[in-house]
Amino acid sequence: MDDRVAEALAASIPRYRDLPGGLLPLLHALQAKLGCVPPEAVPAIASALQLSRAEVHGVISFYHDFRSEPAGAHVLQICRAEACQAMGSRALEAHAKTRLGIDFGETTADGRVTLEPVYCLGNCACSPSVRLDEEIHARVDAARLDALLAGLGEVVGG
Amino acid sequence: MTTRVYLPRDTTSLALGADSIAAALVIQAQERGMRLELVRNGSRGLFWLEPLLEVEHGGERIAFGPVALADVPQLCDALAADPAGHPLFLGPVEEIPYLKSQQRLTFARAGQGDPLCLDTYRALAGFSGLERALSMDCQEIVNAVTESGLRGRGGAAFPAGIKWQTVLDAPAAQKYIVCNADEGDSGTFADRLLMEADPYQLLEGMIIAGLAVGASQGYIYLRSEYPRAREILAAAIARAREQQYLGDNIRGSGRAFELELRIGAGAYICGEETSLLDSLEGKRGMVRVRPPLPAIEGLFGRPTVVNNVLTLAAVTTVLERGAQFYRDFGVGRSRGTLAVQLAGNVRRGGLVELAYGAILRELVQDYGGGTFSGRPLRAIQVGGPLGAYLPESQWDTPLDYEAFAGINAMLGHGGVVVFDDSVDMAQQARFAMEFCAVESCGKCTPCRIGSVRGVELIDRIIARDAPAGNIDLLRELCDTMEAGSLCAMGGMTPHPVRSALAYFAEDFSPDNAGPRPSAR
Ligand SMILES: Cc1cc2nc3c(=O)[nH]c(=O)nc-3n(C[C@H](O)[C@H](O)[C@H](O)COP(=O)(O)O)c2cc1C
Ligand code: SF4
Ligand code: FES
Repeated sequence: MDDRVAEALAASIPRYRDLPGGLLPLLHALQAKLGCVPPEAVPAIASALQLSRAEVHGVISFYHDFRSEPAGAHVLQICRAEACQAMGSRALEAHAKTRLGIDFGETTADGRVTLEPVYCLGNCACSPSVRLDEEIHARVDAARLDALLAGLGEVVGG
Repeated sequence: MTTRVYLPRDTTSLALGADSIAAALVIQAQERGMRLELVRNGSRGLFWLEPLLEVEHGGERIAFGPVALADVPQLCDALAADPAGHPLFLGPVEEIPYLKSQQRLTFARAGQGDPLCLDTYRALAGFSGLERALSMDCQEIVNAVTESGLRGRGGAAFPAGIKWQTVLDAPAAQKYIVCNADEGDSGTFADRLLMEADPYQLLEGMIIAGLAVGASQGYIYLRSEYPRAREILAAAIARAREQQYLGDNIRGSGRAFELELRIGAGAYICGEETSLLDSLEGKRGMVRVRPPLPAIEGLFGRPTVVNNVLTLAAVTTVLERGAQFYRDFGVGRSRGTLAVQLAGNVRRGGLVELAYGAILRELVQDYGGGTFSGRPLRAIQVGGPLGAYLPESQWDTPLDYEAFAGINAMLGHGGVVVFDDSVDMAQQARFAMEFCAVESCGKCTPCRIGSVRGVELIDRIIARDAPAGNIDLLRELCDTMEAGSLCAMGGMTPHPVRSALAYFAEDFSPDNAGPRPSAR
């Protein structure tokens, strides 16, 4: 097992093992540290929480947030829900795909940006909305999206 | 002299650049030798005016908005000389008609101060409901909630008092209070606004619920799409604990209540209460078959109150001002106030809290000011992704649960999404099915497979491939989904689809001349 994975497990498992319903918080903690929940971590999670591997895998695959491979350096989520549609998010979505040359669920070849759909960011009075990493942006049109992407700079680290 | 100014730090203000405006304000004030005290408040929910700057001036709070970064130097000049002369000057904030004409109970405090300041909360009557509750016994608290007529704000509008009574009457050593903060419906942001602007109100409501039914542990299940609300709630819980509003001896009363914040993981269905409970237990969010009711066998098999954020918040008003006071708002069986959320293609989007019974058209026109694009209004979707699309002939419906049920629509969580005439309703119907396919928990075939079939059928109709026959098949499919689904995900996805077919038939018609003008 990768050292980073082993370390993350050693740090997180004792915190969540005895927490009632601790699997989701544990998965969130691992993903925050590792950028994903690596498949190699599943057996250790399962045995610590006394679950089967299939159960742990079932949970990881049920929720949109959990990934088995790290995302790109940045994650761009475009809101696809109705209030944003009413303000032109369909066109924004198409623009983002063309501009980045990828579809939803994909990462640009240089590893810079992963594009994802999201269904409402609670910013529906000033739509269309996007989330870039932890920041939400309002009233985003194609030009504003380009400016946000241009502001990302080069990928650092890996 | 120090001038106190307020600039919100809620999701929408931040999304509109409030942080860089705040930084510029500090620098510009310094350059002018002005002494500013900058308070980062919550939003008042007048999102069309955000970022909204408020300034204490002559004993009032005067407002400016919407402020752009480039406005800051001029604004600072105006503050020193002639505030009312600035083009963004809006007058005293509480006199802005959009706000002044509302009937704010739950959102009365929103935006008044630093959401995390306990002194501010107390100064604005916070915790007076809890104080009353601490002097009452369980049954008296439940009675107050029952008599208030309060119904759940999460969508199903179930009477809160009946749910609480069931949990109170269920014998168990451990019971739970679960706050549903999953707010997944498109077009809704009232829960978020409350959590970001007035988080202690939610905590207070949950503590009262715990006292009422004898539950010593609470959970807030918050969606992961709300990073700012998460930050604020986590801090609010820590501060409330420090001052003994949480813990094993609430304000010296000898009563205990603990609270934990849990984060969802991106699944709309986890807003459905039984799926939410499974998720809290660390499982996949699968909808449970009822009975047993969560009130009898809920979280970890124990009696559990599951209530929406706004339901729990409203309880503080009921306890503070009395059941009768709360009941006096509203119409028919819809008592109290409704937090309407104006969203989508609307000029003045934001939160409007009014007694039940207001007319939809008036809300969208008088408060909303019509469409943002300036084009004619065409459709209004009320109640989230499972709510019907209403044509103009239905816009005079009063906002009350029964009136909406009467037109095969629903109020749900109060989201109102406005569309102009560039909307293609066949695409909207397609999206309803697509969303159901993406978010179905997978337990029932009509929901899981039917929604995928629905997308295919609508694609054929759009492609003018045997449209008449396929429209018939789509209608039959809607009937099957409605009859054969365990929960409202599969059971109510037919609402937006059928309403689009019924009231916007021209968008599905073979005679329709080509696509509509696209939205921007
Ligand atoms: C598909 C689906 C999604 C739901 N999403 C939410 C939600 O995001 N927030 C919420 O409070 N209730 C939601 N509900 C309603 C809950 O199941 C439940 O009725 C509610 O939490 C009860 O609290 P209340 O009585 O205070 O409304 C949803 C229901 C369904 C069927
Ligand atoms: S209707 Fe859909 S979401 Fe609801 S229980 Fe059935 S499969 Fe799950
Ligand atoms: S619908 Fe896009 S932010 Fe709510």
